[in-house]
Amino acid sequence: MIVAERKTIPEIVDIIKGHKNILVLGCGTCVTVCLAGGEREVSIMASALRIASRAQNLGFKVSELTIERQCDNIFIEQAAEAIEKADAVLSLGCGAGVQAIAERFAKKPVYAGLNTKFLGILEERGTWTEKCAQCGDCVLADYGGICPVTRCAKHLLNGPCGGSREDRCEVNPNRACAWQLIYKRLKDIGQLDRLEKISMPKQWGTSLSGGPRVIIREDHRI
Amino acid sequence: MNSNNKEITVVAFCCLYCAYAAADLAGSMRLQYPANVRIVRTPCTGRLEVEFFLKAFENGADGVLVAGCEEGSCHFKEGNLVAKRRVNYARKYLQESGLEPERLRMVNVSSAMARQLTDHIKDMVETVRKLGPSPLNKAKRQQQQEIKS
Repeated sequence: MIVAERKTIPEIVDIIKGHKNILVLGCGTCVTVCLAGGEREVSIMASALRIASRAQNLGFKVSELTIERQCDNIFIEQAAEAIEKADAVLSLGCGAGVQAIAERFAKKPVYAGLNTKFLGILEERGTWTEKCAQCGDCVLADYGGICPVTRCAKHLLNGPCGGSREDRCEVNPNRACAWQLIYKRLKDIGQLDRLEKISMPKQWGTSLSGGPRVIIREDHRI
Repeated sequence: MNSNNKEITVVAFCCLYCAYAAADLAGSMRLQYPANVRIVRTPCTGRLEVEFFLKAFENGADGVLVAGCEEGSCHFKEGNLVAKRRVNYARKYLQESGLEPERLRMVNVSSAMARQLTDHIKDMVETVRKLGPSPLNKAKRQQQQEIKS
């Protein structure tokens, strides 16, 4: 899922200054699961902004709404009335959600209330970790399902750097060495021979370096 | 009781299994505590969400006291520990929004600790009185005073 983190209230106050009616718009999908922009976080954020408005005499009013998914026009329509009534929208969706709302409502200022961080999983309660760098050319099959592009600090594709201590990464000792994990995993599933293959330099043309990527499925186009 | 104390309101969320019973005991023991406090009975402090604290301030509280069981003695095992983390998180929000985080506090008492609870309440009321009315209520309070005078 997409993992995000809220911006601070002073940052948001600075972003929305000049507007009188703000709609805090939540998203019921990824950012709900990572506790950044779901219904509860919208309620907390709206409350905190109302307190900030009154405590600092900023003079803006805050309303709140959460829709199922901000990156889908079908769901965005459910927020149309509330968005039309507001001067500006503070989206607690991911970067894609914010832009989807902004594209649908061309004359309405739409601001991001979250910093979208990465594609990751819930590691344990309250801890999310990055697992996928969205490189566009998945190599997980070669590495026992552990991504060296994302989880090795040096993105090495041909074995460990030699700097790890025990099973810890030398860049950050709090982090496991991805190559240690890859070796253990391949050993466990009896595929250590995969490590004998030399990986050629990765084709980064499939990543973000060429600008935003598009996928077209002709069989689904109308 | 200091007459200035009347100008502030402290909402106290009290756990049914400890602080609420302690407040009851305080009554039986004829222990006095400031009348500024509005006690809200809660099934466990772990039931309290971050927005409960923020809404209390939005709706006129000058301070919020969360009174739960002693650590290790929660009736639901760790509700008070959950509440502690939520109180700390809400304090961050308060600070960022321009309210003093000292206006929100968590204390731990057992159902037998009536005197300690009243002391905590007195201390909280005193802290909030020193901070003054919440800036959210200042305009409203001024209006009320003007009407009275």
